Amino acid sequence: MAHRYTSDLTRDDVTPKQLYLNRRQIMMGGTALMGAGLGAGKARAEDAWDLTLTSYEDVTSYNNFYEFGTDKSDPARNAHMMTTDPWEIVIDGMVDNPGTYSLAEIVEGQTIEERIYRLRCVERWSMVIPWQGFEFADLLERVGVQEGARYVAFETLARPEEMPGLRVPIIDWPYKEGLRLDEAMHPLTILATGLYDEPMPNQNGAPIRLVVPWKYGYKSIKSIVRITLTDEQPPTAWNTYAPNEYGFYSNVNPNRSHPRWSQEFERRVGGGLFARNIETLMFNGYEEEVAHMYEGMDLIEFH
Amino acid sequence: MAASDNIPASMTLTQRANAAIRQVPVWLVYVLGAAHGAWLFYLGATGGLGAEPINELERRYGEVAIQLILLGLAVTPLRQYFGLNLMPLRRSIGVLAFFFVLAHFLVWAVLDVQTAARVWDDIVKRPYVTIGMAGFVLLIPLGVTSNNLSVRKLGPVLWRRLHKLVYPAAVLGAVHYLWLAKGFQIEPLVYLAITLVLLATRLPWSDRSRRA
Repeated sequence: MAHRYTSDLTRDDVTPKQLYLNRRQIMMGGTALMGAGLGAGKARAEDAWDLTLTSYEDVTSYNNFYEFGTDKSDPARNAHMMTTDPWEIVIDGMVDNPGTYSLAEIVEGQTIEERIYRLRCVERWSMVIPWQGFEFADLLERVGVQEGARYVAFETLARPEEMPGLRVPIIDWPYKEGLRLDEAMHPLTILATGLYDEPMPNQNGAPIRLVVPWKYGYKSIKSIVRITLTDEQPPTAWNTYAPNEYGFYSNVNPNRSHPRWSQEFERRVGGGLFARNIETLMFNGYEEEVAHMYEGMDLIEFH
Repeated sequence: MAASDNIPASMTLTQRANAAIRQVPVWLVYVLGAAHGAWLFYLGATGGLGAEPINELERRYGEVAIQLILLGLAVTPLRQYFGLNLMPLRRSIGVLAFFFVLAHFLVWAVLDVQTAARVWDDIVKRPYVTIGMAGFVLLIPLGVTSNNLSVRKLGPVLWRRLHKLVYPAAVLGAVHYLWLAKGFQIEPLVYLAITLVLLATRLPWSDRSRRA
């Protein structure tokens, strides 16, 4: 069922179109005007509630997608090597209709809608992105979740000839993620097939990726090739690598400090060299929508 | 007069290089280093360092700093094992390294973390920040005494002993870099390996000639 969630504002409310298309140029113009650049970057977020869109250029040039390299600019440089057509997703485990589905079969009949979400990376940077996609719950409904299933596991493509980053065992490839079933079924959780009304760029997780806006960015797994329903909590990439640093839940939580970064604050990408930090919101600002799922849970222990 | 005019053709390649190095004015090293630092800052302020220039500038300054520290540590083994004499430039390399560490620290504290309370919090609570900070603190007396007056006042023996603080500082810097990387990454491991190799050449058993 589509449209279970609507953000308060549309894209035109949050940012005039010319601005989000040209923010970097405008900023650079301002910089030239002001000499050293002090005071430039008028698009700075005042606080984390701000839904001013991050420019298309920044969203597609500053990425973490380690299959293509660990530098933020590597995915934009290397992701063109990835073949995204044809694309198949294996759906298996505790479902009524397991099988290998083509992308067309997955997307067919789904209502593609726009969701403007904050994206908060564990590295303390954040963006606001207009995604196009559909609710993951609608796909689960179609494949039929069996009684007793409690978790959903996801896997990213791992194709060494198209992904230079796989040569280095940065983590245990392929990249894996997972959600509790209620989290997966939550209306905020979407499978996105595009952003800014463009087909999903490869560096952002083409052709189809998960977006879970109240969790740190690495939970929103990219370029999905496998979805498995299970009754056990599945292993997830960063949690396996460093359990004390990255929990299974990984809900955005300013009170739970990561061993290497305080999570109290963040900085919107695109604000330039003098951008101010802003206070991070509990559940990335989606507390009202999602807090009920974690009632009675110690969110520091189950981070 | 061009440098090559002073170098007889009969010299070996190493001798020619050493003669050329002796003619490099020290101020030129400082000017080039300062220009590079300023250029990186200018790039950051004008969109040339990507979408998140604060973290990028922080990283670039840190990388130049560790490269200069390693170059400084390479001076003695290069002379010992290959006869290449960078000694006339060593002090300026060291001073530049110190200023890049300082710039790295300032970008982190002022532009990245932004408040004194959070800077302190990070230094106390985050081990990779703590050891980076420790490395920086060890370099401060070296930066302060990198002048002829200090050499005279301390005397060469004490001065040289003091400047061996660069050994632990280099290790701390390399570990700091390794620790802040997410996942298993090659680049910081390479820096750490080079650091350890350069320090190993200082161990007594590897001393083929005399200690430098």
